[in-house]
Amino acid sequence: MNDEEDCKETKALLRIAIAPVKDSELRRDLWPQMLRKLDEHPFPVNKVPWFDWALAAILGAALFFFPGTIPALLYHL
Amino acid sequence: MELLERFAAGDLEAFESLFREHQREVYAWVVRIVRDHGIAEDLTVETFWRIYKSRARFDAAGNFRAWARRIATNAALDHLKRARRETELPEGLAGPAAADPAVRGETRERIRRAFFQLPAKYRLVATLALIEEEPYDNIAEAMGISGALVKMRVFRAVRILRKKLSSLVAEVATK
Repeated sequence: MNDEEDCKETKALLRIAIAPVKDSELRRDLWPQMLRKLDEHPFPVNKVPWFDWALAAILGAALFFFPGTIPALLYHL
Repeated sequence: MELLERFAAGDLEAFESLFREHQREVYAWVVRIVRDHGIAEDLTVETFWRIYKSRARFDAAGNFRAWARRIATNAALDHLKRARRETELPEGLAGPAAADPAVRGETRERIRRAFFQLPAKYRLVATLALIEEEPYDNIAEAMGISGALVKMRVFRAVRILRKKLSSLVAEVATK
């Protein structure tokens, strides 16, 4: 028996227990719920990832402990 | 500026217009996957929250409807993964399933249980393809995968179900 026939049989079997959704109509406007969700979960504005802070910290420490690298860094910028 | 451009730029009014235009369609898609009104409403809102969150990545020249459906499908899939071991498969939205009175409730329950135990990604494609009879191409577009992969997942789901329900399969085959 091939896959297509298996599919047909299984579909028939499933339909014994689970019928297609008949009522898929939305009954109310969800915009108020959407606004509540936006209020509850505001998006962080311009959030800097932690690894950017880590890189900045490493660079700052390097410049502090090895100030001689500052002219070299400026030269390469 | 066009509506989609204003939305991509973060204009809340443009987002509201898009929400009102597409909420019914997103809901109708999601409810066929999760088969529960309340959960489908929550997932519709979750879908649009994800849409708003990733608005900067949206190409204003692109197809908003297809993009929204893909995000909705992902949200529904995430829900199925979470809910797999927590809740039973809801049946409140389905029409009358078995017209055959000879089919016992116990049999139906066995089929439902086997279906509910499918891994989420197989259950999603099996629900849409086998129960809702959605074309493979539509499912593929909504999931962001190829039609061939959808077909493969349907066949895998069928194999898993046939293994679990081998005795029932034989009964149905003889009818």
